[in-house]
Amino acid sequence: MTGQAAPVLDIRAVAKVYGEGETAVHALRGVSLKVERGDYVAIMGASGSGKSTLMNIIGCLDVPSSGSYLLDGTNVGVLDEVRLAIVRNRKIGFVFQSFNLIPRMSALANVELPLAYGGVKAAERRTRALAALDQVGLAERVGHQPNELSGGQQQRVALARALVTSPTLLLADEPTGALDSKSSDDVMRIFDGLSASGRTIVLITHEDDVAAHAKRVIRLMDGQVVEDSRRSPVGGLPPRLAEVTT
Amino acid sequence: MNPFEVLRFALRGLAANKLRSALTTLGILIGVAAVILLVAVGEGSSQQIQQNIQRLGANSLTISPSTSGGGGGGGGGGGGFARLLGGGAGGGRQQGSGPRTQAKDLTVEDARALADPSGAPSVKSVSPVVSAQSQTATYEGASHTIQQLVGTYPSYFEASNKPVVKGTYFYNDDVTAARKVVVIGNTVAEDLFGSVDPVGKQIVVSGVPFTVVGVLKEAGSSGFQDADDVAIAPLPAVQQSLTGFGPLGQILVQAKSAEAVDSAQAEVTDILNQRHGITGTATADFRILNQATLQETVSAATGTFTVLLGAVAAISLLVGGIGITNIMLVTVTERTREIGIRKAIGAPRGAILGQFLVEATVLSLVGGLLGVAIAVIGAQFTIAGVKPVLVPLSIVLALAVSVAIGLFFGSYPANRAAKLRPIEALRFE
Ligand SMILES: Nc1ncnc2c1ncn2[C@@H]1O[C@H](COP(=O)(O)OP(=O)(O)O)[C@@H](O)[C@H]1O
Ligand SMILES: [Mg+2]
Repeated sequence: MTGQAAPVLDIRAVAKVYGEGETAVHALRGVSLKVERGDYVAIMGASGSGKSTLMNIIGCLDVPSSGSYLLDGTNVGVLDEVRLAIVRNRKIGFVFQSFNLIPRMSALANVELPLAYGGVKAAERRTRALAALDQVGLAERVGHQPNELSGGQQQRVALARALVTSPTLLLADEPTGALDSKSSDDVMRIFDGLSASGRTIVLITHEDDVAAHAKRVIRLMDGQVVEDSRRSPVGGLPPRLAEVTT
Repeated sequence: MNPFEVLRFALRGLAANKLRSALTTLGILIGVAAVILLVAVGEGSSQQIQQNIQRLGANSLTISPSTSGGGGGGGGGGGGFARLLGGGAGGGRQQGSGPRTQAKDLTVEDARALADPSGAPSVKSVSPVVSAQSQTATYEGASHTIQQLVGTYPSYFEASNKPVVKGTYFYNDDVTAARKVVVIGNTVAEDLFGSVDPVGKQIVVSGVPFTVVGVLKEAGSSGFQDADDVAIAPLPAVQQSLTGFGPLGQILVQAKSAEAVDSAQAEVTDILNQRHGITGTATADFRILNQATLQETVSAATGTFTVLLGAVAAISLLVGGIGITNIMLVTVTERTREIGIRKAIGAPRGAILGQFLVEATVLSLVGGLLGVAIAVIGAQFTIAGVKPVLVPLSIVLALAVSVAIGLFFGSYPANRAAKLRPIEALRFE
């Protein structure tokens, strides 16, 4: 948890250009960023400022046009497709704005899926998936398919799926963007709890309410970091929980 | 990710769209069933034809007068040839259409010369044959038109493979004495006598009384003609009463063994050439049909026929395969987002590839197995007059090809799916 250990995230001058020539869009113009283990970071910025682009690169779903990116000390840019799949599976948990659950599969099966791809045995898979669903408060809904669940519940299933592999890094791209305030609170409370238990979290939001949960807020504008402010120490409790306990 | 799990994912994928899966399976099913059934029909008709040829008698040569028109196969006991080769006319011609001007008829003397062991050591027996078509026979009011009445020697029974089941053959003294005795075929016996034992009874054929001495073993109908609608009597008796002492319709020669058939044919050719004065390049005025050669020719022809049927069916199998590609492409496109999600949570490329390949293979394998089942059931029925004979190799092949098609045609869409970058797949609308 100290500065001595390699940061979970070490992004160096990452740029991303979509298209080429006249129509090229510079979505990221050299972003450098370090995130320590246990940190809870909110990335903010106007629509089109490059938040999702950055998030996809961090999540190894996309590759930067230039710059390098170390995840947990390993340079992700040089990994082949096989290793990348393993990194996505073991090190990263991704939560999308639009849930992205697999239709016609029960909540339990959805949560088990990353474990299945990770080669975990069926019995252990089930125990861990049930534990993850319990953690997000959905122990009673394990047999339901996505279309039988509310938005908030679906997002919690997605959250369970992201954390069931105990990833080094939990990423969330506007996790509350499609939810009402009540469901948003539920989801954010879970994030706070995860942060309190030491998990490293990076989430995107454009709501100040949501950003207020984070220990550190980074602001993006036109593909560049324009503000980086720390709200509470890396090692401590997330601000909202600290308020409650003190 | 073990293979069992890949299979489970694949089955779940297929179950998600049951109607589509069923229709694709149907395409393969029809292809496989068609291949197996058509090959079975080809094989069945081929075997049927082979049996018909064998029925003509083992190791036999049939000599008939050759007319310039060709195709006018001689009549007589070997009428099966005419049947098989489409000559159609049968023995009806032998008296009407004379051979060419200088051509000589086949005579009893020719037959006698062929039977001489010094000239033709490979020949076992020689039977001169005359025949009369459509002779009306009556017995106590019952009447039946015998398709073919054959006049010949006793050796004919063995040479033409017509064993007697009831009563006896006639003998050489019946021939020398020109006795009016007759051995009748099963159809004739049933039509004239019903359940009465025909042996010893007297029938009247075109006004001439003949005594029935025996009944032939049932041969079964072949093609359009009833092989049991025959009667066989001593040569002079038939000549005296029905055909007159004209030329022979045929001479049936039986070789001593299967190996001797070719040398017998050479000997027979030599003797007849000599007797008929045929030298050098002159065309012979007789034809020799060799049962073995015929069999080879016909089996080559039916082989081609079977291959043709198989090819037609193989095309339908291919069409079924294209159906699988199509469906898999649609499936992959439709589920691009799902593929993106799976990759985002760490699905290795092999798992995605495996899932779609297994989906395609399961479709084609299930279709193939059902196709085999349907073909096997279908082969129990007679199709277009042919009893299909299943060829095991065709089953194995059709099944293997259908699975190969699944793998081959499924691999393109599966590969496309597996190669997608997660972000591209996730953005797909
Ligand atoms: N696949 C793409 N192709 C072209 N341009 C894109 C693509 N994705 C994003 N962009 C552009 O890149 C910029 C940043 O987009 P994004 O990272 O999605 O912003 P945010 O998530 O902050 O709203 C926008 O101008 C957007 O139009
Ligand atoms: Mg965005």
